[in-house]
Amino acid sequence: MPVNADAVGRAYGPYESYEVSRVKIREFADAVDARAAEHRDAEAAAAAGYADLVAPTTFAVAVAQRAEFRAIDDPDLGVDFSRVVHADQRFTHHRPIVAGDVLKATVHIESVVARAGISMLTSRTELATPDGEPVSTVFSTLAVREDA
Amino acid sequence: MATPRPSFSGLSIGGEVATRDVRVTRDSLVRYAGASGDFNPIHYNDTFAVSVGLPGVIAHGMFTMGQAASVVEEWAGAGNIVDYQVRFTRPVEVPTPGEAVIRVVATVGALDAEAKTARVDLTVECDGQKVLGKAQAVVACA
Repeated sequence: MPVNADAVGRAYGPYESYEVSRVKIREFADAVDARAAEHRDAEAAAAAGYADLVAPTTFAVAVAQRAEFRAIDDPDLGVDFSRVVHADQRFTHHRPIVAGDVLKATVHIESVVARAGISMLTSRTELATPDGEPVSTVFSTLAVREDA
Repeated sequence: MATPRPSFSGLSIGGEVATRDVRVTRDSLVRYAGASGDFNPIHYNDTFAVSVGLPGVIAHGMFTMGQAASVVEEWAGAGNIVDYQVRFTRPVEVPTPGEAVIRVVATVGALDAEAKTARVDLTVECDGQKVLGKAQAVVACA
């Protein structure tokens, strides 16, 4: 079954807010070997001018991906998760994410392109504070095989 | 204010700014799964990975993307990568026992004098084959 192209333009969420913790930033920094002290030491982060520990560049995926997975779970989209391969990813940061941030994720279905038995599904997840300040825009493209 | 940014005036297109060999074991993948919340079993369970047609356990694409960002960030300073994109072109198989080695080389691809940003292009290879394509990080400079 191809991915439902009628879903383009649809928005999902915002989902339950994600509270960014120091513990999670340190854990993520260790997992991707991001070595800067600003990811681990609150004094170093403060000395650099940040309100708290600053997140590594791709930390936003931990927030965005859980929202994407929930959106893609919509049966009307027609995505069989066992046939999905991650094709492209992009982050545009409006400002760095720091510990203490509360982020709301809203998932927008940007495009569905079908070609040769594969649907390319691109989503845009906007991460924003509860006051509506934009923090990060996360684009993700999944390749979904249509064959049975 | 933020972490000190690289000096824009010192950059030239084609110049290498950072490089690192990333050594990846099954332990690395389990840690990334926990940190990111991505528990797809193709990243830790051989039987499952083979059952869906993979040669074995593979690294999360986002693990490789994140590790490559850390190489650029060590030069750019924490929080100074404002835009970052990649295409996942080939999976990285991670054996056990043993390890996979991902080589990351970052060079200046373009300079924007007005915005004072540098586009850093990444070559990311495992066993001499590209695993990320169109990998570009835009760095805010001073």
